[in-house]
Amino acid sequence: MKRKIEISELIFKIIAYIFLIIFALLCIYPLLYALSAAFSSKGAVDSGEVVLWPLLGKEGQYYFGFSLEAFKYVAVDKGNNFWIAYANTLFMCGVGTVWCMVYTVLGAYALSKKRLLGRKGFNFFLVFTMWFSAGIIPQLLNYQNTANFFASIVGSTTEDIDLKWVVIIAMGMNATNLILLRNSFEGVPSEIEEAARIDGATEMQILWQVYIPMSKATIATIALFFGISRWNGYFWAQKVMPNQKYSWPVQVFIRDFIENETALVGPLKETATFNSQTTSELSVVYAMVVCGVIPILVIYPFIQKYFAKGVNMGGVKE
Amino acid sequence: MMFKLKYDDFLVYDEATNTYSMSQEQKVRDETERNHWKTTGLTVLKDWRLYAMLIPMILVYLLWKYLPMYSLVASFKSGDEAQAIDRDWVGIANFAHLFEIGGDAVDFWRAFRNTFTLAFYGLLFGFPFPIILALFFNEVRSNIARSVMQVCVYLPKFLSTVIVTTLVISLFKGPTAAGGEMGVVSKFLTYISGADSFIGNAAAIADKGLIQSTRYFRAIYIVAELWEHGGYDSIVFFAAVIAVSPTSYEAAQIDGAGKMAQMRYVVLPSILSTVVIMLIMKMGSLLSIGYEKLWLFCNSNNSGNYEVASVVSTLANMWNDKGSVYQGYGVAAEMMNNLIGMILVLGSNFIARKASDVSLY
Repeated sequence: MKRKIEISELIFKIIAYIFLIIFALLCIYPLLYALSAAFSSKGAVDSGEVVLWPLLGKEGQYYFGFSLEAFKYVAVDKGNNFWIAYANTLFMCGVGTVWCMVYTVLGAYALSKKRLLGRKGFNFFLVFTMWFSAGIIPQLLNYQNTANFFASIVGSTTEDIDLKWVVIIAMGMNATNLILLRNSFEGVPSEIEEAARIDGATEMQILWQVYIPMSKATIATIALFFGISRWNGYFWAQKVMPNQKYSWPVQVFIRDFIENETALVGPLKETATFNSQTTSELSVVYAMVVCGVIPILVIYPFIQKYFAKGVNMGGVKE
Repeated sequence: MMFKLKYDDFLVYDEATNTYSMSQEQKVRDETERNHWKTTGLTVLKDWRLYAMLIPMILVYLLWKYLPMYSLVASFKSGDEAQAIDRDWVGIANFAHLFEIGGDAVDFWRAFRNTFTLAFYGLLFGFPFPIILALFFNEVRSNIARSVMQVCVYLPKFLSTVIVTTLVISLFKGPTAAGGEMGVVSKFLTYISGADSFIGNAAAIADKGLIQSTRYFRAIYIVAELWEHGGYDSIVFFAAVIAVSPTSYEAAQIDGAGKMAQMRYVVLPSILSTVVIMLIMKMGSLLSIGYEKLWLFCNSNNSGNYEVASVVSTLANMWNDKGSVYQGYGVAAEMMNNLIGMILVLGSNFIARKASDVSLY
């Protein structure tokens, strides 16, 4: 009897290990491939010889090595536009995250208070946006109106204002993050708040000096969620400013390059305009991909420990 | 006597004059009642800072989540060249158009079917997968090995849609007109299934690649979804699985339970509430998820995978670009889609509450 149990456990364990190792390798393989293809020479990429490590050389005699041609193309030939897009993304990511955090922290704090009148109503107001959204066309019309409104504030036209600000101010709302923070604030013992109040602390001081330090992990988590969604945002930035090339974030820039200068997305363009003797279009695409992923990879080890906290919603319910 | 008992709460009987008068308690109650709004108002005033803190959030959500809903009226308006709000009312003509036999209705119903098909397959494969992954992670006893694997499998979640779609398109691409080679994955699939097989033929069609074939698009899309979300979604299930106390396993083992029996009778009941909550959440995003990704895979109706990859939201987006007549159709189509999505989430929440006392909202 005992032996039988051991065998079933052993088999399960072996299957688990094999499955996990294969899946983990598959998860990082596309990135490794992109990295090596970005560092490979034109011949090696076009002939499909690159599989796992970067290759240089001509037909029949490929050897391991690094070529910086693709990165040179991105950084120098495409340079100006690419770095502007990069700076735009950094700016939108930074300012946008701060803006989202401001109203999320304030709102979550107020909603976490039992004495708040109409608390149920405010919660419903928030949760309803998770159930129903107006859809793409109404949202687009709304963003266009927002752009007009912003333009009228500064006394200019929509073409002349920097539409980055529409993306920064009007987008990136996330009710899930707010509820996550609200739940975390609710977990702070009310005795501490009362003690602070007796010591004469104002509402702002209580939030700033009691609640925020006590929910540091959640704050960090949702700030990172906001930041990553900002960094990765593509669709609305592209829809709101299709013609303002100098305000594009890097994701829009990469996709535009793929659609208009390479043959990658197939029948969209009859002829690809990309033409370089020194590097393959795939290498250039991958070089851009690598550049676009680097910031995420840099902060990734630091944020990884917060994930488990971040997804533990604990329920939206009242 | 009964009368007295029932009413002496607010009436006092005076035997001398044989009359009833209002009791002291009731007077206090009436006073409180009368002052209710005044006291509430005072509390609110005293707490005005708390309410002021809500204002930015309310404003942002009103302006950019609720105000767009006003444009939904465009679905009941004609398609003349004016601001959506100033057009003439046409009743449900736009909706009726989507139910007519003919060109646009064909597009719409195909998109509608695709939305459900992709969502259904996404749920069918995408929901159990992270649970299985979490159970497997639980078997890895070495912390270092598990952390390394987890770092790897969470990573795809944090890549942007543009980058994920670019990787998928290039890995599954066919030989291009420019004389390039097949993508690594299409090459591998051709290699294992033979160049003359369906996959081999589909991969070899010049310029298109597997992602552009109606036959393989869904499979590739689902695999890409699993790749992107599977690992990250397993976190919450893993947290539930490791919360199962080791003594439960030991007790089950002593009773002679094999691994499968332990899964069935120990682990499953413990993680059930997490599973239900995650299922409700998944239902909520079922019909709205992925428009960005699908748009990047298929953003024109002469894309090879249009038959299977156009969903309601991407179709609405295409229609919006076709002019004001189609704007009304697009808004109507998407509104139906989103209402069904809302019914799905509330319905699954309701069923979960009735069946197992676990609910999210």
